[in-house]
Amino acid sequence: MKPVTSIETPTRLEYEFTASGAQAEFLENIARGRLVGKRCPRCEKVYVPARGNCPRCGIATSDSVDVSDHGTVTTFCIVRVPSQNIELDPPYCAANVLLDGSDMPFITLLGECEVEDVRIGMRVEAVWKPKQEWGPTFENIRHFRPSGEPDVPVEKLGAWV
Amino acid sequence: MSDAAPGPAFSAHHVVEYTYRRSVGPVLGRFFTELRERRIVGIRRADGTVLVPPAEYDPDSGEALDEIVSVGPTGVVASWAWVRQPSAKHPLERPFAWALIRLDGADSSLLHAVDAGHESAMSTGMRVRPRWREATRGEIHDIECFEPEGAS
Repeated sequence: MKPVTSIETPTRLEYEFTASGAQAEFLENIARGRLVGKRCPRCEKVYVPARGNCPRCGIATSDSVDVSDHGTVTTFCIVRVPSQNIELDPPYCAANVLLDGSDMPFITLLGECEVEDVRIGMRVEAVWKPKQEWGPTFENIRHFRPSGEPDVPVEKLGAWV
Repeated sequence: MSDAAPGPAFSAHHVVEYTYRRSVGPVLGRFFTELRERRIVGIRRADGTVLVPPAEYDPDSGEALDEIVSVGPTGVVASWAWVRQPSAKHPLERPFAWALIRLDGADSSLLHAVDAGHESAMSTGMRVRPRWREATRGEIHDIECFEPEGAS
């Protein structure tokens, strides 16, 4: 028999997630098709998905703020390697999207475009699932797709690129 | 948050899983290859002491190590902790001990499960022997667990 050259080392973490107050408010709103973030009372940054506290200032966020479901790609990664527990067919594109009205990008999937066409500054819009399938989950948004709006110049994306 | 009535708590079952296969290199590769043959090996350091599991490099000097030596398969429990309620991921479905086992001929300890039946059967210094899996595959679980040497 051949010598052993590798071993399986699966890592698995299984847990119950319970939403905080800010997260629950976000989930209640997304169940109704609204994207609602929370604003920091000091630096006035808006966080989507909502956070209960501001990571910059370390204080509780206050106001709830509706944001757009249109945004801008700040960074992205084209995935060409399949993974056992990801059902998508490579190549696909995971991107950080900064929604209009929000000050923190979040990672999402891009669809309905060739991965080669994805670029920093590209404008995208949410593609929602049919309304009858909505629930308190970010999965109501199937993916983001190019919106056709003109690109945002890279220099206007500031610290995000 | 304010005076709003608390809504229903949202909760969800989350599973984060990475299905890694890692290459093991020549030294651990030999260790796992020997386990497949139901043998346990360590590696000798410059001062004559033996590490089990074997390390590719001396943990103190960084010097490359290459003298593989047979150890065990029996040994003594150097320390242990009793697990009253095994989880689904544990090697045994009944209460057992996690133990550091110093195999005969080794100077370091190997972490593994000991199936002693009851906590009162465990003691530091007790002698144990491996219980091998029926079909070995070249991995640490080829040793199902250790058991008290006197057990039938």
